[in-house]
Amino acid sequence: MRLTKASIAIAAAGVIAGAAWAETARADYDAYTVPNLVYRTGAYAPNGIPLANGFIDYFNMLNERDGGIEGIKVDVVECETGYNTKVSVECYENLKNEGQSGALVFNPHSTGVTYALIPKASEDKIPILSMGYGRTSAADGTVFPYIFNFPATYWSQASAFVKYVGEKEGGMENLKGKKIALVFHNSAYGKEPIKTLETLGAKYGFELMLLPVDHPGQEQKATWLQVRRGKPDWIFMWGWGVMNQVAIKEAAAIRFPMDKFIGVWWSGSENDVAPAGPAANGYLAGTMHAPGADFEALNEIKAHVYAKGNGAGEEGRVGEVLYNRGMLEAIFTAEAMRNAIKIHGTKDIRGEHVRDGFEAIDLKEADFDRLGLKNFMKPIKITCEDHEGGGPIAIQQWDAAAGKWNIVSEWIEPMHDVVRALVKEDAAAYAKENNITPRTCS
Amino acid sequence: MLYRETGQFKRNYAADQQLFPIFQDKILLAAILVVALAVIPFVINDYWSKAILLPFMVYALVALGLNILVGYCGQISLGTGGFMAVGAYSSYKLCTAFPELNLIFVIIFSGGCTAAVGVLFGLPSLRIKGFYLAVATLAAQFFLIWMFNKVPWFYNYEMSQITAPPREVFGFLVSGPQAEPAAQYLFVLGFIIVFTWIALNLVRGRIGRGWMSIRDMDIAAELLGIRPLQTKLLAFAVSSFYIGMGGAIIFHIWLGTVEATEAFDILQSFFVLFAIIIGGLGSVLGSFLGAAFMALMPVGLKVVLVDWIGMVPVTAKHIEFMLVGSLIIFFLIKEPHGLARMWQITKEKLRLWPFPY
Repeated sequence: MRLTKASIAIAAAGVIAGAAWAETARADYDAYTVPNLVYRTGAYAPNGIPLANGFIDYFNMLNERDGGIEGIKVDVVECETGYNTKVSVECYENLKNEGQSGALVFNPHSTGVTYALIPKASEDKIPILSMGYGRTSAADGTVFPYIFNFPATYWSQASAFVKYVGEKEGGMENLKGKKIALVFHNSAYGKEPIKTLETLGAKYGFELMLLPVDHPGQEQKATWLQVRRGKPDWIFMWGWGVMNQVAIKEAAAIRFPMDKFIGVWWSGSENDVAPAGPAANGYLAGTMHAPGADFEALNEIKAHVYAKGNGAGEEGRVGEVLYNRGMLEAIFTAEAMRNAIKIHGTKDIRGEHVRDGFEAIDLKEADFDRLGLKNFMKPIKITCEDHEGGGPIAIQQWDAAAGKWNIVSEWIEPMHDVVRALVKEDAAAYAKENNITPRTCS
Repeated sequence: MLYRETGQFKRNYAADQQLFPIFQDKILLAAILVVALAVIPFVINDYWSKAILLPFMVYALVALGLNILVGYCGQISLGTGGFMAVGAYSSYKLCTAFPELNLIFVIIFSGGCTAAVGVLFGLPSLRIKGFYLAVATLAAQFFLIWMFNKVPWFYNYEMSQITAPPREVFGFLVSGPQAEPAAQYLFVLGFIIVFTWIALNLVRGRIGRGWMSIRDMDIAAELLGIRPLQTKLLAFAVSSFYIGMGGAIIFHIWLGTVEATEAFDILQSFFVLFAIIIGGLGSVLGSFLGAAFMALMPVGLKVVLVDWIGMVPVTAKHIEFMLVGSLIIFFLIKEPHGLARMWQITKEKLRLWPFPY
């Protein structure tokens, strides 16, 4: 009798202990792992540093202010790539299983690296956020379920530039007979807009002049000699790193009118225009978000991160174009993680859950107000099919005297009809080549 | 004591001519092969494959190729990156034009294409020597990379960044994202074993001796009856063959996608040249040791500095630049003939151990 009682007691204690143990084992993560492939060294470091700082500072602010996301801290693990594909592949393999959650998202920060990681990440079920760069046709979510390139692709941007030029020339019909030069980084990245511009050139009758610049782009005399000879009416530039500043200096040297020189949104930061000094005044660039430091979110970063001496960079550089863009990447990532937790009802999320979170991104004006980013950018909605969002694009202009960027255009809708057709075509070719059956979104 | 060949008699010519005549060497080699073939395939994962073993093996193959040209035949080349690109792009053209072609043949044929290109760029070596030849091969590097970026035919009129289509060998996927790391590893290992064996036999036979005599003194070699044209061009051909296969493997197996300007730029040429100088010029073993040093040292340093010590990644990177540079200088001062020579000295010491005099 006694024995039985004792054994029941022991058994009960065992059950309770076991349950308690299982409870602790099932408890939430200590931290979420968000790796970031950065380059604070090499020819692209001037652009890479503010981008990386904005990203890590935002998550550090969330950790300080809210204790992370839904109470779980975010561990941003940086891996230094030097903009090199081989090193980036090593970083990816090293970090994909890092921490309890595994890598929740990868930001490759290079179009070449994005291409290299697309197949593998899709296989490993880790989303890639190539925000406004990377493979354009990844906008087709049925073929590329794990790749996101919102808020707009290079093709959308190229079409928006053509629209802007048309507007300035007094109507799209006036584009006929005009000459547009494309100065581009001679790589997969720089060649992205060519197809779109050729299609649009045929449609509107403008002539396209292609001027490649080889990596890293420190020597461009020959390119700009061709510009002088060819006398284009407008110049578009797809550049990155040191190439941008050299191009702007060279354009100033041949006295090309700066207000007819439009850079892609990776060619429009303070680092790019500053070396040319006053001569860069009036230079234009595409953008997906507003420049400047007058945002509540940036004040929060200053208050919670920089005031405590934990800032990744100098406080004076908070609010630079690329800093804001790095922060925007972090914001989208954080929103996707919140969505994932909401959709799946668990805090133990992994990469595939965050993918669903990205597909549920639907940020309205009110949401940007909540995030402390009033008038920072236009509303954006991502769906299972559409990973681009195709949001409108603005043109910003450099004011050299004041040392700041100002948005000078309306928000321009890209030519979705042209771009979507090209995206579908390219995605279908990729699916065929790699034996992918496009999923159905319903 | 440990390493003594006393008492190991050769009783016939076959025994005298074998590749590894010393018993201890055979044991060591057998142990390495057992680990490589029977242990690693079962424990390998993506990280070990993509970040450590594939880079090491590919660079070993490429370094072996360059060592044949520079170390054995004495012709300096800075065109390695360009020749790797020839291998990668010809394998891309071959496997998209003939989808049924087995990847083994694709890689061997692209080695063949590279050999042809190598011979073409080797022709000036008959007239120009030493540093001047280095400049001529440098031209090959720039020309080839420019061509692959400029001429759309090479990338099938699509993106200039080429992507390797998935391919099976003996029913196992070896390229493409679904490929198992073990399958990829064994596929490359097969190439390494076969072509190392071929290289070992080449360099100790008539052909290799011809190369070495050209290297040591070309006029004397000519007087001895060695024809410089054929000998030098053969060295270029064989070297480019190895380098081209390496480029094809980088494209198909390791990275899966390459862009000529980024993956095969001039820095690759220097990288491989440094590898053979550190490893040991004119040594097959040196190619492996040099490739290991150059490919694995940065990864090792990163693991120690970032993962163990907890240093900020960018600081670790700066320290890595400095450390790798100073280690190269250190090894070159300590042993100008490379790591292979160090191994040789170690062997000598082991002979006497534990009773040195």
